[in-house]
Amino acid sequence: MADPTSISDVDAGLRSVGYLPGESTALVSFLAARLGKPVLVEGPAGVGKTELAKALSRYLGRKLVRLQCYEGLDEAKALYEWNYRKQLLRIQAEAAGTGWDAVQDDIFGEEFLLARPLMDAIASAEPVVLLIDEIDKTDQEFEAMLLELLSDFQISIPELGRIEARTHPVVLLTSNNSRELTEALKRRCLYLWLDYPSVQHELEIVRLHAPELPAAVAAKLVEVIARVRELDLKKPPSIAESIDWARALLLLGTDEIDEDVFRATMSIIVKHRTDLDVVAERAGVRLGLSPRAA
Amino acid sequence: MSLPARIVDFAEALRAEGLALGTSELLDAFAALDEVPWTDRAAFREALAATLAKSPEDRRVFELVFERFFFRAAEQQAVARAVREAGESDGVTGGERIDLDNLREQAIQAIRDGDESAMRDLARLAIAALGRRGEGSGVLGVDVQRIRRALELRSDAQPREDGGEPLTRDQIRRFEQQLRRELERAEIERTQQLPPARPLNELDRALPSGPLQDLAAVHRVVMQLKRRLATHGHEARGRRAHAHVDVRRTMRASLQTGGVPVMLKFRPQRPRRPELYVLCDVSTSVTSASVFFLSVLHALHGSFRKMRSFVFVERISEVTDVFARERSFKAVSEAIGRDAGVADVSGYTDYGRVWREFLGLVEDDLHPRATVIVLGDARTNGRDPCADAFARVAAHAGRTFWLNPEPRLYWNYGDSVVRAYAPFCELHECWTTRQLEEFVKALTRPQHV
Repeated sequence: MADPTSISDVDAGLRSVGYLPGESTALVSFLAARLGKPVLVEGPAGVGKTELAKALSRYLGRKLVRLQCYEGLDEAKALYEWNYRKQLLRIQAEAAGTGWDAVQDDIFGEEFLLARPLMDAIASAEPVVLLIDEIDKTDQEFEAMLLELLSDFQISIPELGRIEARTHPVVLLTSNNSRELTEALKRRCLYLWLDYPSVQHELEIVRLHAPELPAAVAAKLVEVIARVRELDLKKPPSIAESIDWARALLLLGTDEIDEDVFRATMSIIVKHRTDLDVVAERAGVRLGLSPRAA
Repeated sequence: MSLPARIVDFAEALRAEGLALGTSELLDAFAALDEVPWTDRAAFREALAATLAKSPEDRRVFELVFERFFFRAAEQQAVARAVREAGESDGVTGGERIDLDNLREQAIQAIRDGDESAMRDLARLAIAALGRRGEGSGVLGVDVQRIRRALELRSDAQPREDGGEPLTRDQIRRFEQQLRRELERAEIERTQQLPPARPLNELDRALPSGPLQDLAAVHRVVMQLKRRLATHGHEARGRRAHAHVDVRRTMRASLQTGGVPVMLKFRPQRPRRPELYVLCDVSTSVTSASVFFLSVLHALHGSFRKMRSFVFVERISEVTDVFARERSFKAVSEAIGRDAGVADVSGYTDYGRVWREFLGLVEDDLHPRATVIVLGDARTNGRDPCADAFARVAAHAGRTFWLNPEPRLYWNYGDSVVRAYAPFCELHECWTTRQLEEFVKALTRPQHV
């Protein structure tokens, strides 16, 4: 698909693939596509950061290349690795007689390179969407290594030279804010803060994912979720959890959320023992749920 | 003034509030503005925010500065070109003819819908109705609150009589913002000049930090801290120059390749996980701080496996079990208040006795890999500080830290005996969450011997 030409294009496009963007989400995605800058997406868990990357790849019709970050991730796992065993075999197969120079040139060729996600994204002939998920889980050294990739879209391999991107990937980095990212990384990115959506917006999302749910139930559901989020919880319910809840209510054939239904199903949205206690305590008054009429 | 110059000015205002903006961010901002329609206020603001403000805190400051900067810019133009609103000279009309009940209903409706422009119109009406009865206090905040009260806008927990939903505090705050802005606008129009620009109030922009903050705020920061603690030690892993080859595992792996060690196996590098002894003063002189400290203790417990906690006033008492048993902070603090029994007779801290008892409890367990952390104000109430006992604790332990909840200015005044303990430990001032984070960095930093 051609690059989007206006913000409303992006907005409509994302909607058409089942992602309802907030106002700034559409704008920043649009800027990312137009300016070719990576986007750093931060926000609480489960507000649709990863989902945004998937939706963008569907909308732009590009392949999604995903790099899941974790502690101790290094360039061998993210960029490229020399296929050590193959090199060794090669040397043994050559046996004696071949000069050192010839072998050396040989074994550091592309044939012996194992491409990892970042390399894949750069070297791909088709433009891709590159998702670097949970960048905050990695070490600072890894971030530093990303800088070259993010600003120039190229990778330097000492033995081979530079590999430049043939096409311009759309890059999204997500972070749960568990660690302060370096200034250098932030400077190269556009910044998008995704927060819990407003009640109306969440209602739309729930209606999209569980269209058969009666309107009154859906409205009540997002309202209760919004109230639960206001409580001081360890892990407030995310959008994913409201969708799960909506689907569960649908399966149960519920036509009204009252206190009994809430108590029976609240473990879908609240997932800590202490949080469950807090929510159960407030179910009646604070959440505005009435007990079932006798 | 041209738009680029205006944007540069705006960036300057942001820098003055402490955002680190480089030229590259500015260039990005201009590139972004090329792509969006300027006439759309929201798009304009989001484009600037995406390129200039790169953390939630920066974003908060950005919102405040954006609001202020462009409001002032617009008003300045209005003053310069003598643009005035139609109507009476004080900018508002028909003050006495407005039906208050009607206005209130409309305001509540607009607030509930989050309709910005309706809120603004109603704010103007409300000011017209209530603002000018000759009792403008001259202080904006006071006027705003007076009008809000007159409209009976409250964030009650009880549903209203007509069955509508009660308003949340956030919604009302948004209306208050409109009120404030309209009041300010009227004021500028009346005096024909802008009030002097002030830097943002510290309270507006900073995360809540002092010792008197509410518990939920402490908890949020501590949660964040906890996550950082969990990942922190790992950053140091790449730094060691040599990884050690694990000979046993390498030989074992070589069996696959006929005895040729093709794959080298390295010994995993484990991050430093210190053994902690934490002592926390819970006496009345540090009441406000001890809530803070207890929640820190609580957070630390989740992150370090080998940790023993003690609380003290006159005597010391081990509370490791309490933390192990109870996972919620509230239960922990209640249990400590009930069972610890640390206040003996007077309820005043006795550091000397505490050290002697502490030595008795743990002297045999302390070893050079242990870290002792003391949370307290070192106010002995005139009693003997027993620095020699503390010195013995410090000598047995590998590292000793002291976190003092008092600002450095007050140290060694009155009955504070920080000086007596200073030679034996690393002292940290710690009364804001940021200082706490600094300390956590120091704690998890690998020791260079």
